[in-house]
Amino acid sequence: KTVFVTVGTTSFDDLIVTVTSNECVKALIDRGYTDLVLQVGRGSVVPDPEICSGLTLQVFRFKDSISEDIRQADLIISHAGAGSCLEALGANKPLLVVVNDKLMDNHQLELAKQLQADSHLIYCTCSTLSQTLKDMDLSLLTTYTPGEPQNFAYFLDKAIGLV
Amino acid sequence: MGLLCGALCGVIVTLVTVFILRIFVTLRHGSKHKPGKKGPVSVLVVAGSGGHTTEIIRLMGALSPFYKPRHYVLADTDKMSEEKIRAFEAEREKTCSASQFTLHRIPRSREVRQSWSSSVLTSLSALVSSIPLLFRLQPDVVLCNGPGTCVPLCAAGILLGVLGVKRVLIVFVESICRVETLSLSGKILYYFADYFFVQWVPLKDKYPKAIYLGRLV
Repeated sequence: KTVFVTVGTTSFDDLIVTVTSNECVKALIDRGYTDLVLQVGRGSVVPDPEICSGLTLQVFRFKDSISEDIRQADLIISHAGAGSCLEALGANKPLLVVVNDKLMDNHQLELAKQLQADSHLIYCTCSTLSQTLKDMDLSLLTTYTPGEPQNFAYFLDKAIGLV
Repeated sequence: MGLLCGALCGVIVTLVTVFILRIFVTLRHGSKHKPGKKGPVSVLVVAGSGGHTTEIIRLMGALSPFYKPRHYVLADTDKMSEEKIRAFEAEREKTCSASQFTLHRIPRSREVRQSWSSSVLTSLSALVSSIPLLFRLQPDVVLCNGPGTCVPLCAAGILLGVLGVKRVLIVFVESICRVETLSLSGKILYYFADYFFVQWVPLKDKYPKAIYLGRLV
């Protein structure tokens, strides 16, 4: 079973360091995960594939598309960026969002809170990650229905006189 | 000498007053302006960093082929967005007619975590680049979803209307990330956009002028 960790186009060294720490690795192994794939983006921390004993570790910075990595994952751990979240939710994968509390004004927290309130994901911070990995109940998550851009298009077409 | 100064002051005050009145008049009549009635609608699309671009591409994917040509404007330091846009347009070309799109770059108004005071200077620099770009492209619509890059571009678009060159419609779709509070760009453009969309109920309640159609991306 595979865990895919993504930080999108940003750098989120705290997450990478925390998720490869002994506590988190143990929590993942206890849940039956065998593989850990890290997309580290612009981060300066690039773990050595040998460091996580008990898990097969893969590390990369960017790919043109992470849809294959998402497809093959059984759990996605993501930063709270909208693009990453929507991609994971769109693929109907269990999603654990780690909010970066070092960002200015941290607007990403709003979306994570709302989506957790709607039971589409679970969120935490780096300091609570290992505890969350031990305690989380992924069976409580509900399916996410994608947004409808066609409503926007239809409205705009009428407003500007195209229809 | 005093007379000359007095006359000059009078002219300046008159010009400023006319300019401010023109802004009010221009902004008030957005809903009556229907560029779609004359044919294809050209759109200037502001692509911000990361998720902003992903969101705007999802919106663009729903628009009909009558929105052309499409002019994408990126910040000069944005590496990722150009690839996403080119991939989107290449995919679109398979189903619609030949792509009519262009890509442009302007200086970034503000980097993430940049201090507010230096942001004023970089925003002014972005505005100076935006004005000639808007004059050249003269889009019917400017579409944006909140990155800092969009404020100077929208300001330049409004300027075109104020000067009587072209009425440019400003369409702002606040990012799906914004549930309870507006982005800084949103707070500014709420008063200037012709169509201002929010994607969550708490914002619809706080900002009565906003249009709410549920989640759009």
